[in-house]
Amino acid sequence: MKRTASGPQTPEPAADRAGAEPASSSASCPDPSASDPEGGGSATARVPAPRPGAGLDAGTETGRAAGRKPPRRPGAHGGRTPWIYLAPALVVLGGLLVYPIYQLGLISFLEYTQAQVSGGEPTSFQGFANYTALFSDGQFWQVLLATVVFAATCVLATLAVGCALAVLLTRVRALPRLALMLAALGAWATPAVTGSTVWVFLFDPDFGPVNKVLGLGDFSWTYGRYSAFALVLFEVVWCSFPFVMVTVYAGIRAIPSEVLEAASLDGASQWRTWRSVTAPMLRPILVVVTIQSVIWDFKVFTQIYVMTNGGGIAGQNLVLNVYAYQKAFASSQYGLGSAIGVVMLLILLAVTLVYLRLLRRQGEEL
Amino acid sequence: MKLPARIAAPVTALALAGLTATGCAPQTSDTGARTDDKSGTLRVWLFQEVNNKPKEQVVEEAVASFRAEHKEADVKVEYIPVDTRAQRIKAAFNDPGSAPDLIEYGNTDTAGYVKDGGLADITEEFGAWAEAKDADPTARESVTVDGKVYGAPFFVGVRALYYRTDVFEELGIRPPKTQAELVSTAKKVRKARPGLYGLAVGGAYTYGAMPFLWANGGELATESGGTYKAAVNSPQALEGIEAYTSLFGDDNCPAAKCASMGGNATVTAFASGKAAMAIGGDFSHAAVEAGKVKGRYAVVPLPGVTAGSIAPAFAGGNNIGVLKSSSHRTLAVDLMKSLAGKETQGKLFDAMGFLPTYTDVRARAATKEPFVKPFIDTLAAETKFVPASPGWGQIDASLVLPTMFQEIVSGKKDAATAADDAAKKMDAAFASAG
Repeated sequence: MKRTASGPQTPEPAADRAGAEPASSSASCPDPSASDPEGGGSATARVPAPRPGAGLDAGTETGRAAGRKPPRRPGAHGGRTPWIYLAPALVVLGGLLVYPIYQLGLISFLEYTQAQVSGGEPTSFQGFANYTALFSDGQFWQVLLATVVFAATCVLATLAVGCALAVLLTRVRALPRLALMLAALGAWATPAVTGSTVWVFLFDPDFGPVNKVLGLGDFSWTYGRYSAFALVLFEVVWCSFPFVMVTVYAGIRAIPSEVLEAASLDGASQWRTWRSVTAPMLRPILVVVTIQSVIWDFKVFTQIYVMTNGGGIAGQNLVLNVYAYQKAFASSQYGLGSAIGVVMLLILLAVTLVYLRLLRRQGEEL
Repeated sequence: MKLPARIAAPVTALALAGLTATGCAPQTSDTGARTDDKSGTLRVWLFQEVNNKPKEQVVEEAVASFRAEHKEADVKVEYIPVDTRAQRIKAAFNDPGSAPDLIEYGNTDTAGYVKDGGLADITEEFGAWAEAKDADPTARESVTVDGKVYGAPFFVGVRALYYRTDVFEELGIRPPKTQAELVSTAKKVRKARPGLYGLAVGGAYTYGAMPFLWANGGELATESGGTYKAAVNSPQALEGIEAYTSLFGDDNCPAAKCASMGGNATVTAFASGKAAMAIGGDFSHAAVEAGKVKGRYAVVPLPGVTAGSIAPAFAGGNNIGVLKSSSHRTLAVDLMKSLAGKETQGKLFDAMGFLPTYTDVRARAATKEPFVKPFIDTLAAETKFVPASPGWGQIDASLVLPTMFQEIVSGKKDAATAADDAAKKMDAAFASAG
């Protein structure tokens, strides 16, 4: 692991190893599945052949049950065929996902600053030193808390606005619908930097129209911690609700009208229809937009960076991503920055897994 | 319900890969040069200024005089945008193959670049260079790390007090002579002209705040035996910090607006007629001239604590250095001498207004252009430089000092606590940077 700059070694191009890495990981992967052809084979053998007497429904039921019971083993037929088909996808995944994550993890255990990258000092293995430094930094915990609360608020607000407007879209005539769609797509298409700059201008204490309209005088939105977060929240919701709205709208359109009609015949109120009919039927879509929103909002960077000038007065508006940027790139502590990245990755994975687990417990298949 | 499995697979693969791969390390480049070719093409990176044409012309002349002596060498000059210089220069260190031979760089980056292994040690050549004898001590300090020289000063930049002559005349006041007077004058103006900031200050304007600290006898850090220790929480430094932060408030520059301002924002406020005074550099001249206040302002040195004294200023500016990876070291050093020599610096002042780093060239410049006199007086009085430690780059990038000022002016912490916290962060950075 130790590598000194004294020897005249050639810099290793990342691409060389990018090719080698996935090959080795995909070579080691087939083993466990290949070693278990019996169990998998007998389970799946039943799937394509439902008993003649059983109806269509029963057939799919057994198929599902059979598919789920033994631990999922893709190498069912014992051969290499599935892996050959999967190979291109695995190579791409390995190169674009596993390898960078592997490098991220590796760098987080090293002392790796600009001096190490450009060969001024040897790279050294530090164990968990970067993580210890990170976890003992009081600011990290503050930033983490702020990030979690801020992201959660953003997700809730985005979903609420997106769903409300999606329902509205189904209720209005063609012209207002078109107008709303265009407005939303405009917000969606605006680059984050542009959107943020415009929002900051709109809320500018001296020249911004918002303060004039609201009669706030020269109130500075970016000075107070909460008002600054609120301002960023508005922008984040503004630029991310269109995705929720369009997706949910498409989902609502796909709901058979008989169901809704039946609900209205039963005298269900609007809210009741949404809660008991529309929302459950939209669940898979809502799951996707929620996870997407969680990931996006947890990783908010541009808006905070642009609108609060890199983290606000005395760093009061820092979120994890901006904090990581400050550590990793602005001050060239790539090792520490990688440690933050790993922590963030784990948090997001955990959040997603817990969320999916909760949904599954409610008896919902994805 | 396949997602967990899909996520689990790469995670397991990652863990496996981490366990099995022991031979791979992330990229490290070797910036040491192996040859010293006496012919070939020299590549130079200079900063792209807002109005770059005159600079290009001066540089062309310098290159021509170099070519006259070195017929076998070719020179290719590239102008890189200032905004992305940090990335460009880091990339050059990472990839010696496509790196230039000479770079222009901000003088606060010297120690960091040296630690990165990017700059060549040219102590010998610099010592033997006749013109270097006239380089002023602060400029020399800005290319020196641990007693070794890593480049030649290219120009210096220094800040002084811009003030509105029309406002001062109407109110019947004169430019302040002491720091206390500066504060009281600022508040007097604000009272009489509520639409103006008395003195535009910024919570993120580190180099505008430093003179207050230095004038009171404070220091950013003190050095002993090659290691630095933060001194921003010393009693003298605290006095300066309190003087500066007392300017944030409704009676001068409201914290809600001024806490987040940096140097450019304060100069913009002055240039657009929203402030009666501002701390600006000789390099801000063009921006102010282009603003509303053209013809209605003057510049004096920033006053110190005692009457008639000048507050020590931060000596900013740029240097020209030879890259360690250059395969034309001898030629590159000669070209550096030509670019940063007296003749070029004199011409560069005429063309761009950049202050020369040689005391004699600078004196000649002052006679030609009276505008620079207050800046040259400031340079002659006393200038200071940031700690020559690679830790400084980290302190600067992680906004330790702006955070300190902002914590104080927004009332989150009192001056002593904020300064203690800043000192702790600085010490950690000095320690980790070695």
